[in-house]
Amino acid sequence: MRTPLHLVFVSTALCAAVAAAQTVPAPVPESEIFSPEQIGHALAAPTPQAGHTAPSAANAPADDGQWTMPSKNYAQTRYSELTEITPQNVATLTAQFTFSLGVVKGEEAAPIVADNTMYIVTAYPNFVYALDLTKPGAPMKWRFAPNPAPASQGIACCDVVNRGGSVDHGKYIFNTLDGQTIALDVKTGKPVWRTQLGNIAVGETITMAPLVADGKVYVGNSGGEMGVRGWFVALDENTGKLIWKAYGTGPDKDVLIGPEFKPHYPSDQGKDLGVSSWPPQAWMIGGGNMWGWANYDAELHTIYHGTGNPGPWNQEQRPGDNKWTTGIFARDPSTGAARWYYQYSPHDEHDYDGINEQLLLDMPFDGKMQKVLIHIDRNGYIYVIERNTGTVLSADPFGPVNSIQGIDLQTGRPNMNPAKLTRVGQTVTNICPTASGAKDWNPSSFSPRTGLLYIGHENMCMDWEDVQVSYIAGTPYVGALVHMKPGPGGNRGEMTAWDPVGRKPVWQAKENFPIWSSSVVTASDLLFYGTMDGWFKAVNARTGELLWRFKVDSGIISQPVSYRGPDGHQYIAVLSGVGGWSGAVVSGPVDPRDGSAALGMVAAMSDLPKYTTAGGTLYVFALPQH
Amino acid sequence: MYLRFHSTSQTRSSGGRRASLGAALFFAALLAGCNHGPGQGGMPAQQPDHFGVVESALTPGVGKSLVSEDPRAAQYYDNADAVTAGKRLFAQYNCNGCHSSGGGGMGPDLMDGGWIYGSRLTQIHQTLVEGRPNGMPAWGGKIPDQELWQLATYVRSLSLPATVAAEADDTPGQTPAVVPRAADEDAGWTPPASTTNDYGTTIEGSAYDGGGTASTPTDHPAKSTGASKSQGPT
Repeated sequence: MRTPLHLVFVSTALCAAVAAAQTVPAPVPESEIFSPEQIGHALAAPTPQAGHTAPSAANAPADDGQWTMPSKNYAQTRYSELTEITPQNVATLTAQFTFSLGVVKGEEAAPIVADNTMYIVTAYPNFVYALDLTKPGAPMKWRFAPNPAPASQGIACCDVVNRGGSVDHGKYIFNTLDGQTIALDVKTGKPVWRTQLGNIAVGETITMAPLVADGKVYVGNSGGEMGVRGWFVALDENTGKLIWKAYGTGPDKDVLIGPEFKPHYPSDQGKDLGVSSWPPQAWMIGGGNMWGWANYDAELHTIYHGTGNPGPWNQEQRPGDNKWTTGIFARDPSTGAARWYYQYSPHDEHDYDGINEQLLLDMPFDGKMQKVLIHIDRNGYIYVIERNTGTVLSADPFGPVNSIQGIDLQTGRPNMNPAKLTRVGQTVTNICPTASGAKDWNPSSFSPRTGLLYIGHENMCMDWEDVQVSYIAGTPYVGALVHMKPGPGGNRGEMTAWDPVGRKPVWQAKENFPIWSSSVVTASDLLFYGTMDGWFKAVNARTGELLWRFKVDSGIISQPVSYRGPDGHQYIAVLSGVGGWSGAVVSGPVDPRDGSAALGMVAAMSDLPKYTTAGGTLYVFALPQH
Repeated sequence: MYLRFHSTSQTRSSGGRRASLGAALFFAALLAGCNHGPGQGGMPAQQPDHFGVVESALTPGVGKSLVSEDPRAAQYYDNADAVTAGKRLFAQYNCNGCHSSGGGGMGPDLMDGGWIYGSRLTQIHQTLVEGRPNGMPAWGGKIPDQELWQLATYVRSLSLPATVAAEADDTPGQTPAVVPRAADEDAGWTPPASTTNDYGTTIEGSAYDGGGTASTPTDHPAKSTGASKSQGPT
């Protein structure tokens, strides 16, 4: 067919525009960034001689070769004691079987292994598969389709992901995008109970992996970009009935703040701060959602969970500290009563949700062993917090930062860099880290052998302009124009091995794209993680040296696991399937020509379609003797 | 639930910048998924938002449309005011929250020329009125019908070659072209241009080898020591 001349001109112009828009912006210059010496702080100098960093046996029992919860244990170390695969033989690691998930959206879950069966929950429509590991090729035992409401897809801020389920007491327990928590009988795949928690009409979804512990199921909602008021609940593990519900904003009675509440810092003390630190009624649509990682501390019998960003992103519409957003609560597991709270980012101006993982460790500090939790925040700081009191012992940047000039350990408050605060009518450039953080949701791992945390993270910055936004229930309540860009050096991702005692990185491996997968570290000092361009890698956990890699069908943003198969051999399993906020330009209905698309992520990720396509497959690897 | 801010302005707790809160529109009760009837909050009552059944234009191999035309659409073609008004409303009603500057996010891309429920002004208006199953709210009776037409006109403009060609940077849709009557005369399906679901053009792949270089920093996490060496596959 002949093309009319005027159409040729138009399409030439169009292609030129596309080429221009698909150029990734130049990296932010190094001179924009603070050095750790300028801004890292601790209450005491390192005392590594005072003991060995490790989780307690109560929070990290001896490895039974299964992998029953996404983070492996309550301490959330993602550490496998299996040693068959070693740095010497890992080069021969071979794919044993694969399984198509039937969904090509971002797959963020961990494959769960219990009683020689593997359980996987997919992105929307949240299929659950049970695979029989005792038979060749791991055939499907059953599939459960929860049929979540299709409209939930349209209110999920950042792809239609699901971060996994857990097996406990004969049930596989997971959440659905449309706000249900469901417990399936592992034998039959039939629901034992299903509880509707979220309301999609006001923009509520659930993407987090439930925490199953102490006879309860702990769940929080998503929707911080929709003006959804955050909550975190405990359900009865046997019946799915609600035991308690704690909101992330509002009066003390809603937040479950009572006589037991003893926050360490003065700015968190006072009555009904969840109301008074907001403009009138703004707390009702103020976010503070819990869509990341909660811990059960079996030693101190305490729940820890973070809270998400305040809404809207436009900070001028919500003057005040915006309690209890972007912080962490310690609660009584039985009643939900708050014990302490600490706010990482009071009056957050940059979308720095506080929902990333906590690792529960015993660590030498100030000459003695202390019970700490280590939290790696979106705002670029790694916090070591004493678990009984909520006292911050140290806070250091683990990636490039300039929005916060260090944490004041007397007040607990961040020293905000005035040049990087956001405002209406002005684009503030080169803010580091970006809105998705120096690290987003993808959890770190820890090896008691090396004493190192393995933090897969981002190296990205952003330009930000606040704009006025109206609250319309069930629609986005954001109010910011964001354009992201690579951080110094241009590599958008990095794996950092971090010494929490010495407060410094030991090695780092650069990645072209942000690392959006978690990692698993083993007792033979192997670290496994995946990249958004589809490489699954094994590196030496002591040096970062690349020892093996395998190219899968689509980028990896999920949680690899290590388990012992029915044959007694060690297996490594991971899901492929690019997507999530960072991968929406591939898996979502998103146009690379619009840099502001997907909440500004597209500007920095417009070249991802050149590297990977949407997919979704389980890969299981082992040494080749079987 | 019907929320309203009582104060018209607040002093920011730190920094003293003033924020206008009174300007925020609150019509929670009126919107997506609520059971309340229309007419609250000063919004107009029921609009004549529906004009019979509009069939899909997705008829492969048919050059001319089978779609019945809503006569109200006519005045929005070749109408610069409608496009300009639509652009303003697109932000005001949070359309940009899901569809960004046209490139999509929570909601679909509106600038790639790919349409599930039809590209004609009449069809886009109908989508706005009725909503669509995967998350698009139904706005009929909640937004004045004239504004829905103006929104439809702006949305129709986003994928016009003239609008796309006018894009100066990576924020599209800032200088939307008027929608010519001719744009909707042929309702035949054409492949969307230059998207990740790209049928019409070629995306150049990359030879990037997967990287993964380790280094041992001596000072700052962000600083490259320059000692990085490439680690090839084994």
